[in-house]
Amino acid sequence: MAKVTINAKTIEVPDGTNLVRAAEMAGLEIPHYCYHPGLSIAGNCRMCLVDIRAMSTKQPNPLPKLQIGCNTTVQDGMVVESNNPRVIEARQGVLEFLLINHPIDCPICDQAGECKLQEYYMDYGRYHSRFALKEKVDKGKVIPVGPDIMLDQERCILCTRCVRFLEEFTRTFELGIKERGDHSELTLADGKQVDNPYATNIVDICPVGALTSREFRFQARVWYLDATPSICAGCATGCNIDVDLRHERIYRLKPRFNSEVNSFWMCDAGRRTWQRNHGEHRLIGSYVRGGSEFVESDPHEVVSRAADALKSHRRTAVLASAHATMEEGWLAKRIAALCGNGPCVVVSPASSEIPTDDKLISTDRFPNRAGLVALGFTEHTAPPEDVDSILMLRADVVAADEDRWGMFLEDMGETLVVADEIGKTMAYADHVLAAGSHFETDGTYVNRGGRLQLFRTAVAPPGRALAGWQLLAELLARLGGPRYESVDEIFAAMCTEIGLGSGRTHASVATSGVALADWKQGRAAAARSEGAGAQA
Amino acid sequence: MSQHVLLRYRDVRADLRSLDNYVADGGYRTARRAVHEMKPEEVLQTVKDSNLRGRGGAGFPTGLKWSFLAKGTGKPTYLLCNADESEPGTFKDRDLMDHDPHQLLEGMIISAFAIGCHTAYIYIRGEFAFGADVLNKAIADCYAKGYLGQSVFGSAYSLDIHVHRGAGAYICGEETGLIESLEGKRANPRIKPPFPAVYGVFGCPTIVNNVETLACVRHIVERGAAWFKGIGPESGPGPKLYCVSGHVKRPGTYELPMGTPLMDLIFEHCGGMLPGRKLKAVIPGGSSVPILKADECDIAMDFDSVVKAGSMLGSAGIIVMDDSTDMVAALRRIAHFYHHESCGQCTPCREGTGWLEKLLIRLDEGLASEGDIATLDSVAKGMLGTTICVLSDAAAMPVRSFLQKFPEEFLAAATGRSRVVAADATAAA
Ligand SMILES: Cc1cc2nc3c(=O)[nH]c(=O)nc-3n(C[C@H](O)[C@H](O)[C@H](O)COP(=O)(O)O)c2cc1C
Ligand code: SF4
Ligand code: SF4
Ligand code: SF4
Ligand code: FES
Repeated sequence: MAKVTINAKTIEVPDGTNLVRAAEMAGLEIPHYCYHPGLSIAGNCRMCLVDIRAMSTKQPNPLPKLQIGCNTTVQDGMVVESNNPRVIEARQGVLEFLLINHPIDCPICDQAGECKLQEYYMDYGRYHSRFALKEKVDKGKVIPVGPDIMLDQERCILCTRCVRFLEEFTRTFELGIKERGDHSELTLADGKQVDNPYATNIVDICPVGALTSREFRFQARVWYLDATPSICAGCATGCNIDVDLRHERIYRLKPRFNSEVNSFWMCDAGRRTWQRNHGEHRLIGSYVRGGSEFVESDPHEVVSRAADALKSHRRTAVLASAHATMEEGWLAKRIAALCGNGPCVVVSPASSEIPTDDKLISTDRFPNRAGLVALGFTEHTAPPEDVDSILMLRADVVAADEDRWGMFLEDMGETLVVADEIGKTMAYADHVLAAGSHFETDGTYVNRGGRLQLFRTAVAPPGRALAGWQLLAELLARLGGPRYESVDEIFAAMCTEIGLGSGRTHASVATSGVALADWKQGRAAAARSEGAGAQA
Repeated sequence: MSQHVLLRYRDVRADLRSLDNYVADGGYRTARRAVHEMKPEEVLQTVKDSNLRGRGGAGFPTGLKWSFLAKGTGKPTYLLCNADESEPGTFKDRDLMDHDPHQLLEGMIISAFAIGCHTAYIYIRGEFAFGADVLNKAIADCYAKGYLGQSVFGSAYSLDIHVHRGAGAYICGEETGLIESLEGKRANPRIKPPFPAVYGVFGCPTIVNNVETLACVRHIVERGAAWFKGIGPESGPGPKLYCVSGHVKRPGTYELPMGTPLMDLIFEHCGGMLPGRKLKAVIPGGSSVPILKADECDIAMDFDSVVKAGSMLGSAGIIVMDDSTDMVAALRRIAHFYHHESCGQCTPCREGTGWLEKLLIRLDEGLASEGDIATLDSVAKGMLGTTICVLSDAAAMPVRSFLQKFPEEFLAAATGRSRVVAADATAAA
């Protein structure tokens, strides 16, 4: 640890911390562009210049030149000023330099509102340009650099964050800088496109509007968007995300920092998972079969009818997709226990054609297999034996394999489907309950690393759909089980029952999640990932 | 100096590019003695004691630089000879390489031995095709004789030297830009720390020295530190190559003791100003250092004296200007160079070098206003001390000094008054 004083505030930070991070820990901001905690240090923007008043206890002398905070590591006894007149003057200078060749087309720029250039300009700007407009260097605009990404070279401040990401994280090297001096421009490497599974991360880390997502471009002004913390359900990795939304519509998913899971990143496939949420296959009403027809009914009515149907059967199996949340899985298990102690089975195939890489993407395309297994679900792909009724939880088994499952379901006396999308299995259903997707409920998943992670309701379920836990809690009550009124009650009961400790609430799952093994033993796992770095 | 040390090729009748001639003239005796009879630390101590300061521009003490090398890293140590020589007004290294390549190689063998290096590179400016050929031939001759390779002069010491032709940019001469370029990348200077002595080429401890610096090492070890220290001021002594260009009768490279008076250089060695012209100003150390007015030129040309006069010895590229020189046009030309050569990484340098040139074009073409002069100065000020390498400073320093020393000329350019040129230039010619 090193004791460092920044703007008269003294804090202790781990050795090796740079001044930008140290300042953050002290609750101060050193403006910066090129520095990103997930990338190597480039030191090129010169925005983070600070005045070192004392190097260390051993060398208490001030340094003659301003130093860049991103490339200066703390030393015990270091004294730093990041806001004195000398620093502010230098910072204003850098900003002015950044802006002389910048198009300043904020009114039509997607980055406006979350643009560091705009922000610092308002803080430190010289508002009257001293540069003749006609002398600006012209560069390219609206350049597609990949299927999902657009480049505006004039907006680019040449911080090389994107270049470094593609060199250091994906190691795909699609972008580089060509020319020199003020003619330098970001450009594609010969014959390449930014077309890799993690490409859109460069849009996130671009501090200005030079790189934009072709999906999100011109869709919304970011200051109208609200963010809900969530977990990507695209695969078993469970990248931490923010769901950006407005008026019950999701506009984009962005990675949320978690040092234990995804660091600052997420994959592009995961990023697109919100699209299905607003797709045409959403199930928005609940149904009861009347002869060969489905009749839409009030969901509570369908629950009560389904309960009666299950009661009249001997033994019910739960067939769950690994998309089901912990809370849903646990309720379903309780239901099975009341219905002849039927088996609880995860029916999602364990691997897909999508190869696992050494980064984030898992070949297991489901977010909660580990969680359901922890609840006591078994993994089978074959139909269970010795049952006469089925609770089908978010699993469209018929779509996956009609030959195997069609005949099996035909023999069932009762098939209750709980789903968020219309699927082929519904053709065999007696009752259908429309549930919200994971964007539309509070819940938890356990990822492939055994980490329990919390997601919050981002948008309301569509039409007359209800959160999955609500439907299942009501069904459980109708079958004679206890009545749970809130998802927190369910969570607490679940934790107690499966040995995760008592008195647990959703709120007690840290934003970074908890390692299940640690939680089980009552260890405060959250502490580990706390303070591991904020967004850049 | 009637007797040359570094420019010995001028005193010897034979062509010193020939290995035989070089050896006949006493060459390689010192390198041979060093690897057989001296310990590396002894060589290093001798260089330290000599007070040799780097000839590449910054004047950093060479022995001290060598002693910063990271030790016990388990990685090889590299010696890089900086032969990129691109600072406008500088042409001494080319002279040394073109005419006396073995002097440099001998200096490199001794230096490499001193720092425990077994692979050295000469990074030579791409345009110096002739010099590269000369060096390659000289190196091949050394390998043939066993002066380089597995067993240098039959000793247990091994050394390979490679010539690497540069990639055509001024910034390749900045030592970390050079390192990047040698590694096959864009010559973007690196942020420091880490310094090359710890993390240099291929991530290994590295020393970068100028051609003239390394050539000096041969003579220091040959004749002793005391001899070297006896030439010129003790704080930065030695024989020195001065490159004089501009409006003098005999421009060229001159070898003289460190601390030779600037006025002697111009009026004795170079034969004075062109006929009928008067001295107006001198840039004493390559185009990147502050300019001196005629009445400030009564100085000794050594590191400390030039600093005292408000400028720098730099690469000792002395650009002499007479009274026919239009300072606005001259500065515009200098600004053009730095604008063209900025690598473009750092914001102040990338944007500032272009802005400076644009303002100077406007001034030169009579399109500027008085306010532009103040802008020019403040843009330059914002470029000082804020960047990864000192190219930014190199671009800004001349601007500030020209403005400070010749304000009336810039004002005239801005206000449309007739520009200052030599009042009597045409009359006298
Ligand atoms: C922009 C720039 C260009 C440079 N060009 C050269 C050059 O062409 N030759 C050279 O020897 N040093 C050059 N230098 C200085 C080198 O960075 C380095 O200081 C020098 O090679 C060290 O050698 P020395 O210690 O022997 O002087 C340059 C420095 C800068 C900032
Ligand atoms: S496109 Fe964005 S991230 Fe990439 S160099 Fe330019 S400003 Fe930086
Ligand atoms: S790696 Fe998996 S969890 Fe992460 S974003 Fe992609 S699909 Fe989602
Ligand atoms: S100061 Fe200029 S030349 Fe040097 S690294 Fe920065 S941009 Fe490149
Ligand atoms: S953030 Fe430090 S130089 Fe860019």
